[in-house]
Amino acid sequence: MPTTASTALPLKDVTASNSTLRRFLHGLPGVDAVGLEARAASLGTRSIKTTAKAYAIDLAISMVDLTTLEGADTPGKVRALGAKAVRPDPTDRTAPATAAVCVYPDMVAVAKEAVAGSAVKVASVATAFPAGRAALGVKLADVRDAVAAGADEIDMVIDRGAFLAGDYLKVYEEIVAVKEACGASARLKVIFETGELSTYDNIRRASWLGMIAGADFIKTSTGKVAVNATPANTLLMLEAVRDFRAQTGIQVGVKPAGGIRTTKDAVKFLVVVNETVGEDWLDNHWFRFGASSLLNDLLMQRQKLATGRYSGPDYVTVD
Amino acid sequence: MASVSASPFSSAFEYAPAPESRAVVDIAPSYGLFIDGEFVEAAEGRVFKTVSPSTEEVLSEVAQAGEADVDRAVKAARKAFEKWSALPGSERAKYLFRIARIIQERSRELAVLETLDNGKPIKETRDADLPLVAAHFFYYAGWADKLGHAGFGTNPRPLGVAGQVIPWNFPLLMLAWKIAPALATGNTVVLKPAETTPLSALFFADICRQAGLPKGVVNILPGYGDTGAALVAHPDVNKVAFTGSTAVGKEIARTVAGSRKKLTLELGGKGANIVFDDAPIDQAVEGIVTGIFFNQGQVCCAGSRLLVQESIQDELLDSLKRRLSTLRLGDPLDKNTDIGAINSAEQLARITSLVAAGEAEGAERWSPACELPSSGYWFAPTLFTNVTQAHTIARDEIFGPVLSVLTFRTPDEAVAKANNTQYGLSAGIWTEKGSRILAVANKLRAGVVWSNTFNKFDPTSPFGGYKESGFGREGGRHGLEAYLDV
Repeated sequence: MPTTASTALPLKDVTASNSTLRRFLHGLPGVDAVGLEARAASLGTRSIKTTAKAYAIDLAISMVDLTTLEGADTPGKVRALGAKAVRPDPTDRTAPATAAVCVYPDMVAVAKEAVAGSAVKVASVATAFPAGRAALGVKLADVRDAVAAGADEIDMVIDRGAFLAGDYLKVYEEIVAVKEACGASARLKVIFETGELSTYDNIRRASWLGMIAGADFIKTSTGKVAVNATPANTLLMLEAVRDFRAQTGIQVGVKPAGGIRTTKDAVKFLVVVNETVGEDWLDNHWFRFGASSLLNDLLMQRQKLATGRYSGPDYVTVD
Repeated sequence: MASVSASPFSSAFEYAPAPESRAVVDIAPSYGLFIDGEFVEAAEGRVFKTVSPSTEEVLSEVAQAGEADVDRAVKAARKAFEKWSALPGSERAKYLFRIARIIQERSRELAVLETLDNGKPIKETRDADLPLVAAHFFYYAGWADKLGHAGFGTNPRPLGVAGQVIPWNFPLLMLAWKIAPALATGNTVVLKPAETTPLSALFFADICRQAGLPKGVVNILPGYGDTGAALVAHPDVNKVAFTGSTAVGKEIARTVAGSRKKLTLELGGKGANIVFDDAPIDQAVEGIVTGIFFNQGQVCCAGSRLLVQESIQDELLDSLKRRLSTLRLGDPLDKNTDIGAINSAEQLARITSLVAAGEAEGAERWSPACELPSSGYWFAPTLFTNVTQAHTIARDEIFGPVLSVLTFRTPDEAVAKANNTQYGLSAGIWTEKGSRILAVANKLRAGVVWSNTFNKFDPTSPFGGYKESGFGREGGRHGLEAYLDV
């Protein structure tokens, strides 16, 4: 079993009971919503031009978890997505590959085949995504299925109901169990569904809870609710991973997901990463974008920088 | 652990330069005084140069007003007062609204100009100064026809000619704070901008003409301290308003004493920024940065004394130092610059000598790794720890990017230390506990107390100080009183 933070020294006693866990999480510094949003907005005014923009675009492409999470997903759709992840711009082979393709568990095998031979990973949203409303046994079976089919990464949703009811230990134990089911081969991304947690204080607590339980990544949202990733909640989660590493020595990745559609938005998120946690998190091992439509805008902006002209939607693939 | 794929990137995420264009502003090689609606030469023919603090480049040559010019301007203002004060408030409001709109239309030009002349980052002139300047004119335009409802009787009268002397840290904003309420209440104005930053006031003179403001209502007299002294001492000035150093403020108070002139002073400060152990740490760090590094710390209400509860001192200082390392210092016209140039060689020397005193007295000095440009006036963001109330840097206003960190153990001690200063302009409180905010704020002897934020300004909110920070209020309904016979 992999070492988790709960076995690391400073946080050893925190998970002894729900009340110790509660005391710890509620003892974290508060978040002033106005100040947090003002900081995120001020980082959004950074002016990223020319070479910095070109760098940011390629970096962003390499961080994309190219995602399809529809009831109508078919092997054909997933294969097309895999091909695009490996070679995002067929007209320009210098465009980097995306980090991963992200699919439902039953599509993992197809996706795995589609990206075979490349460095692109396959991520799968297991654990009764997106609601997470299923028995633990069902969720674990979901995870084991995906891992058995070759998933490199598991994106799990937490039980928001348990979290909001104050049953932090239940959420913790579920994450620990899922992490164990991931085994040594799959990295675990823990999705909080920040829109449903509602307050920034809750998001900070959930971030610590996830990290203590052994998350390799913390992720904002499923993309299935009204409020998904924002610069402010991503900034907050970055502060959490930064503080967590300072206390435990363990580095955890961050993945904003949902609603990031334009290059301009993606660059703003990269600025937030750059000025909050810096270079250590500025690669696709530690930072990802959960997105489906972002990639094409990144590619069009990339073509614009290369040629000086805007191309148009027919110069990028529709998959 | 290795990356998912070999990184295709060799360099870190460096921001390429993103300079704002200078082409939007057309600075003439020379400017005159603005008297009675015309640009004229100084009677004695004297001129001085104004330079860009970030490059030492000479921007323009400006006429320097002497006593005869002051007299000329006051006479023009006196003559204009008769008609201007007799106008219905709604008519005066039209001019003020027009000025406010022209400021908005020309805001990019004015922001670039202010950055060139003052040295502050374009980010601040664009996002803070200019929006506030326009907002002040809009706000007081709204009051012009409602003076009878402001709580100063049914028909409050203007005072007459206002002599106004403003500093170099927020040249255009301080002009707006002074001129907007003066005009709204029916006074006429003779204003002296600071010698290092006269240009935006001269551009404002042009805006007055563009707005068709009657001649003589606003007069602008660039010059040095002697020009200001002549203006303050002029027998036909009815109201004196000054923002600047406490030393000069005291001199003005002595000059005006015994005359019938009405006086308001906005002077120095040594604001306490109090961080309790239950504060939202990450936002408090941002607030500390805003409190002391906004406008290179050249702010009278800067939070230059950080009072941090001893139990979180290490954690907070670690966070603060890490944050300071991300500040970007350099070309003020670059949109990504956080810290610009110090306004003048003289000011830089003052900061340098006070910082030397801090070191000599045993405080511990720290600055982030930071390369200063080779020309211009620059000072790196600086932090002093191990500071006590007995240190010079805890008592004297530095007016630069220098933060003194002190500690306290209990709320009572925090209040006692915060109030233990000859000044009383601003303070900040950082805590998640609402009842503590109210309890502590009530005990602080400061004109402005911010809670969980710092350096927030709004035209509706009165601003001014206690003790050696001056008297009178600017902004809000209270700001009208200084220009009315009440």
